Amino acid sequence: MNARHTTFHPKWHRERMPIFWWLRKWNYTKFITRELTSLAVAYTALLLVVEIACAARGEGPWSRLEAWLRSPAVLVFHGIVLLFLLVHSVTWLNLAPRAVSVRLAGRHVPDSLVLAGHYVAWLLASALVWWVLTGTGR
Amino acid sequence: MAATVTLEVQRYRPETEAEPTWDRFEVPCRPEWMVLDALNYVKERLDGTLSYRWACRMGVCGSCGMTVNDEPVLTCATYLQDLPRGPVRVAPLAHFPVIRDLVVDVTDFVAKLARVKPWIIRKQEKPLSEGEHIQTPEELEAYKQFSMCINCALCYAACPIYPLEPEFVGPAAIALAQRYNLDSRDQGARERGEVLSSQDGVWCCTFVGECSVVCPKHVDPAGAIQRYKVTSTIEWFKSVLLPWGKR
Repeated sequence: MNARHTTFHPKWHRERMPIFWWLRKWNYTKFITRELTSLAVAYTALLLVVEIACAARGEGPWSRLEAWLRSPAVLVFHGIVLLFLLVHSVTWLNLAPRAVSVRLAGRHVPDSLVLAGHYVAWLLASALVWWVLTGTGR
Repeated sequence: MAATVTLEVQRYRPETEAEPTWDRFEVPCRPEWMVLDALNYVKERLDGTLSYRWACRMGVCGSCGMTVNDEPVLTCATYLQDLPRGPVRVAPLAHFPVIRDLVVDVTDFVAKLARVKPWIIRKQEKPLSEGEHIQTPEELEAYKQFSMCINCALCYAACPIYPLEPEFVGPAAIALAQRYNLDSRDQGARERGEVLSSQDGVWCCTFVGECSVVCPKHVDPAGAIQRYKVTSTIEWFKSVLLPWGKR
C-alpha cells in the first residue's frame, strides 16, 4: 500500500531530470558539445581584448604577449581552440536556415540558398579580416 | 507458431506503489501491428487493468504518445516489426507527471497552448456583408506547416529544457502561436509577443532541435522558435530606435 496515496489526492509520479541527461541521446550530446564550443568563442574574444590592451600599452607588454603566444603549449592549445571555433561556426551556420525564412517576390527562398548566403558572408568576412591583419590592404 | 515479441510496460499504480515498476508481456508480432495494437492485446487478453490513452488509431488525435525504447512516438504509428530485436520498452511520455501506468497529466501543456491565444485576433471585425477574408495560396503556405500540429506533446517529451525550466511555454505552443502570427488574417502578433518574448518564451529555448526530430507531423517547432527569436529581436530594436512609432 502506498501510504501517501488517497482516493481524492492521488500521488502522481514525477521523474527527476538526471544530471547526465545529455548522455541519453546522441543528439543531446551533440547539442552540449556545440554549446561547450562557445567557450572557445568567448576565449577568443577575451584574447582579442588582451591583445588590444597589450598593443595599446606599448612594445614591452606586446613583446611579452607575442612570446607567450609563440610558446609550443599555447600554440597547441590555440590549435584546439581553432578547431572548436570551426565546429561552432559550421554548426551555427548550418542551423541558420531554420531561423531565417526569406521570401522574395512571394516565393520562399530555398534553405540551400540561405545557407550558401551565410557561408559566402562568412568567407567574405574572413577574407576582410585576413586582408586587414596581413597588411595586404596597405 | 506465430512470432512473438516481449513487451516491457512501465506500470504505476499509485494506490499500491510508491515508484513505477515494469511488467513483461508476450504478445504476437504481426506485420501489420503497431505498438498500440500490442498494448490493446495486453489490455484485452492479458491484463485488463493496464491504463493508457488512445482514440483514432490513425495519427490524427495525438492521444497515444508514449516513450517506446526511449523515444517519444505515437504508438499508433510505430510498427512493432520496425523496432530493434529484443524487448520493446513502453513507458509514459517523459517530463509529464504520471497519473497511472502510461497515462500522463497534460494540464500544464494544455494551459500553455491557451496562453499564446491560438485563435485569429482582429483589431476590428469586418461586417459579414463584406464577405470572407480572402487568402492566396502563398499566404496559406506561410503558416500551413505550423497548422499541422496535433497537440500530441511528443515535442515536450523530447525537449530537455521543459523539465529544467518548467515555466517554458514550450515548442508546440510557440509553433501554434506562429501558426496564427503568420496568418494573413490575423492581427494579434503583438498580444502573443507578450508571452513569446517573455523570459518563459522563446529565449528559454537553446535550440537542441529534438522537438522537430520527433514530431510525427513534420512540423518544425524548433524552426518556429528560432524564427520568432529573429522577430522578437527586430521588434525590440524597433521599440528602442523608433520609440514613437512601435511601442
